[in-house]
Amino acid sequence: MLDLIWLVPFLPLCGVIINGLLGIRFPKRLTGTIGSLTVFGSFLVSCGAFYELIQLPAAERIREVILCQWIPSGDLVVNLGFLVDPLSMVMLLTVSGVSFLIHVYSIGYMHEDEGFRRYFVYLNLFVFFMLILVAANSFLLMFVGWEGVGLCSYLLIGFWYQRQAPADAGKKAFVVNRVGDYGFLLGMMLIFVTFGSLDFLKVFPLAHQYLPYGGITATMITLLLFVGACGKSAQFPLYVWLPDAMEGPTPVSALIHAATMVTAGVYMVARCNAFYVLAPLSLGVVAIIGVGTALYAATMGLTQFDIKRVLAYSTISQLGYMFLACGAGVFAAGIFHLMTHAFFKALLFLGAGSVMHALSGELDIRKMGGLRKQLPWTHSTFLIATLAIAGIAPLAGFFSKDAILWGAFQKDSWLWLVAAITALLTALYMFRAVFMAFYGKPRLDEHVAKHVHESPPVMILPLVVLAILSVVGGWIGIPPSLGGGEWFQEFLAPVFKSAAPVAVHHQAGGLSLVGLAQAAESLGHSEELSLEWALMGVSLGVAIVGISLAYYLYLKNPEAPGKIANSFKTLYWIIFNKYYMDEIYNAIFVQPIRRGSEWLWHSVDENVIDGTANGAGRLCTGLSAILKRLQTGYVQNYAIWMLVGTVLLMAYYFFR
Amino acid sequence: MTIPDVNWTSIGTELILISTAVLVIFFDLVVKDKKKDSLGYLTVLGMLGALVFAMTDKEGTAIAFGGMITNDSFTQFLTVLIVGVAIIVTLMSMQSLREGSMDVGGYHTLVLLATVGMLLMVKGLDLIIIFLGLETLSIAIYVLAGYRKGAEQSAEAAFKYFLLGAFAAAFLLYGIALIYGATGTTRIEGIAQYIALKNLGTNPLLLLGVGLLLVGLGFKLALVPFHSWTPDVYEGAPTAITAFMAVGVKAAAFAAFVRIFGGALPLIAFQWKDVLWMLAVITMTVGNVVALSQTNIKRMLAYSSIAHAGYILVGIIAGGSVGWSAVLYYLGAYAFMNLGAFGIVVFYGYKQEANVEIADYAGLGFRYPFLGAAMAIFLFSLAGIPPLAGFMGKFYIFSAAIKSGYIWLTIIGVMNSLVSVFYYFRVTVIMYMKEPIKEVVLNYSLPITIVLIIALVGTIQMGIAPNFYLERALDSIKWLIG
Repeated sequence: MLDLIWLVPFLPLCGVIINGLLGIRFPKRLTGTIGSLTVFGSFLVSCGAFYELIQLPAAERIREVILCQWIPSGDLVVNLGFLVDPLSMVMLLTVSGVSFLIHVYSIGYMHEDEGFRRYFVYLNLFVFFMLILVAANSFLLMFVGWEGVGLCSYLLIGFWYQRQAPADAGKKAFVVNRVGDYGFLLGMMLIFVTFGSLDFLKVFPLAHQYLPYGGITATMITLLLFVGACGKSAQFPLYVWLPDAMEGPTPVSALIHAATMVTAGVYMVARCNAFYVLAPLSLGVVAIIGVGTALYAATMGLTQFDIKRVLAYSTISQLGYMFLACGAGVFAAGIFHLMTHAFFKALLFLGAGSVMHALSGELDIRKMGGLRKQLPWTHSTFLIATLAIAGIAPLAGFFSKDAILWGAFQKDSWLWLVAAITALLTALYMFRAVFMAFYGKPRLDEHVAKHVHESPPVMILPLVVLAILSVVGGWIGIPPSLGGGEWFQEFLAPVFKSAAPVAVHHQAGGLSLVGLAQAAESLGHSEELSLEWALMGVSLGVAIVGISLAYYLYLKNPEAPGKIANSFKTLYWIIFNKYYMDEIYNAIFVQPIRRGSEWLWHSVDENVIDGTANGAGRLCTGLSAILKRLQTGYVQNYAIWMLVGTVLLMAYYFFR
Repeated sequence: MTIPDVNWTSIGTELILISTAVLVIFFDLVVKDKKKDSLGYLTVLGMLGALVFAMTDKEGTAIAFGGMITNDSFTQFLTVLIVGVAIIVTLMSMQSLREGSMDVGGYHTLVLLATVGMLLMVKGLDLIIIFLGLETLSIAIYVLAGYRKGAEQSAEAAFKYFLLGAFAAAFLLYGIALIYGATGTTRIEGIAQYIALKNLGTNPLLLLGVGLLLVGLGFKLALVPFHSWTPDVYEGAPTAITAFMAVGVKAAAFAAFVRIFGGALPLIAFQWKDVLWMLAVITMTVGNVVALSQTNIKRMLAYSSIAHAGYILVGIIAGGSVGWSAVLYYLGAYAFMNLGAFGIVVFYGYKQEANVEIADYAGLGFRYPFLGAAMAIFLFSLAGIPPLAGFMGKFYIFSAAIKSGYIWLTIIGVMNSLVSVFYYFRVTVIMYMKEPIKEVVLNYSLPITIVLIIALVGTIQMGIAPNFYLERALDSIKWLIG
């Protein structure tokens, strides 16, 4: 199965070809089945490969499967192939598994849409590129996947392109991502200049030889790559596209803008851990941007009324957690959270989709309420996901978030504090959404209320599967302090072996809240254990506080939030308007660029460039008209031309 | 004088083609008019046999007929290319043979014999053999160019081509004679050895011979200023034959060119490279610039093929393993994309070539989406747009030129390629953005579909996965590098 790993991305591509080129007359059911089955095939192959991989001893679990030489061009030789190691295996399983469930869900969700086939073609194409991205064996191939998923994201955000908002949102996502991609490209070039290769297995083992610890090159490479990661994974300051991306169909938000594509940045940073550990400055930047974004996005999530936007800000916030983990050097915890987040966030989005389906497209949680009874399945699965994301033990989110918090604490207790506050906010805004949507008095519009209905089984089934995963998904990474084996982290260890010593080396660096971190280091094993338990207790505690707060504010005293908002009017308005970030970007970047472009257009382009181009064109056509006249059609003229040519040629030849 | 060993397998490919030709003549007498298609399939079958035979390893026949011919990897590469081209040309001819009033049996026979001529040019290790091959193919092509019965243009094309071809052949032969006079041999290897031995770098007799040889080959390659026949003949000949001339004849002539200039005259390269530099520049420029103002698609493609010969010359000037392999790679890429474009011209041209004005292509993109898309891909590839074959071809050629230090030549080449974008894109624009001016009803037939699919797959594959071809090209030019 390991050698057949190319089948994993190839199968969804088959779906694209079959549905895209031949599927014009297919019935919708067939199109949907083909789309889902090809992805399921990828999942099965991934499972097979995974089974084979764990049979191998841990040290041999890194395999490169080369298909062919792709680009032999001078010094640049790129092999087309896939890297199968624990990290890519986790990603392959997560991506193909979640994608499959969302494909199935989409059959129900999209069944009335005109563009059903187009939708499945795009979705399959997305899965193809995403699998290429995570299975690539070189930066270049990874970049192909990277750009490919960006393209599919653009196509799917603007899926309903007839309306203005989705079309604009798609464009925004594309443009903002270009900024990040630019960073990625520059980073890639710098890697090539430094190492003379782009293959992962050639570059990473040499990292510590070529890049001195803390050196400028390592810092530049990692920061540039992180710019790319910020764009794709919607981190500050490049996060602005993700909330708008919610204009796409909801399963797309679940798949691309929650579970898979937006985690590509985290994956990339984790993949390049060998570089990052050599650049302490970059690690600090990653951690601070990560935790900052987590807090920042959580505050915005508190004030939104559009259920998908709440989830979008929540996604940004959770991605911030993952980057915090990477910045703290606990890459495995980041990937662990990436996986569990894929389960519960996909579930949240699909649940939101199911609510929309029931309420004829209603998104405003102020116009919901009391849906618990009418949508029992949606409600219970949504609740499970919310508990998971809030970090309630023993659901998946608890273990992964706790691993991050513990890692952050060891790096710097300030990081831990901010992350813990964010956890409180997370519980608060998520339960705010749950309480407002599913509990309390119904506030639905009349014509909507009549049609409320639970979704069909084809949509419920994926919800149930994801709910189960959201519960049990974390059990593979239970820390030793709770009697678990941290099996997940151990499985990933071969990929992050270069990260381990450095993380320890630096845990004492930086400022400290009350010297706790240093204390922790000097403590013995049993004290460390009790500290870990204490921190777990705190994170569980803040989650419960958050939930209680939500209960108090949004169920018991529904007037309270309004009062609070009134008493902090300015702050509330700033946050409600998303810190005016879109307006600021518009004023700082968009407008000046537009004005500059208009000036360039009218003065430089129209006069200078068009003038030159048109002039050159006129010169060519003029010349063409003259030369054409030499073509008289008389054979004797032609013969003379040949003779003249021969004489001239000989003359030049002998007398030059 | 002793009679050299006759090694039949060394000319097996040619023998298969000749026997097929004889069979076709015979069957032409017995097959009913309605079933003339079978002659085409018989021809293709014979060519496929030849192709398979050419692909098999012929160990031990590397040099045969006393050193007159060779079956080295270079021969093999070009034999596969040329026979492949002949197959595609035959397939695309079947469409027009069905619709037109041409004599089917004779047509296929002549194509087969022209192919034999090309193959001889490729495998000849002696100037005489190369000349023999050239004449064999020329005579067949002269006749084929005039094969559209009743079309004045066609007869005119044949006659013009014949007159000027005879004129050029005289130059070629005179050149060979002078080279013989200077070196005492017509063998490729012998000439190289003699030049090295006697240090003939500035021998006027030899240089004059080489110059005249260049004129003779330049005529077949349609290099400016020996190109003037090209547009008229390409326009007048049946379109499939035009494709054959543009691709097959050129491939054979370039093979002979490489064989002679790379094999026999490398030591006086400093003498002929400057001349080729000039020829490449004016060939590219005149080809591209005049193509701008063409209104007939066959004439446009004629000028385009002149320009492409110029690009290939750049590869020859660059030389070295990168340059020579780029030349072979380009010939392959050029074959796929050009045959594809001509295939569509044949198909769309319809009975008696009614639709060969560029304006006739208006609206094609909408009425026949597959045909439109395929044409767009071929034209984009010809223009050198990635990720298609034409782009990789140009990329290899120009990077070879840069590597050998021909910066200006590369700049001129790239500028030319820019000019060419205009006339290739104009056709695409007309196909997709103009309302149709007349009704054209097309019926897909098996042969033409095969042609288009092969050309499409090749054009895309050579652009995306160039390595398969490049490796073979590199393998075939080992003898040039030494």
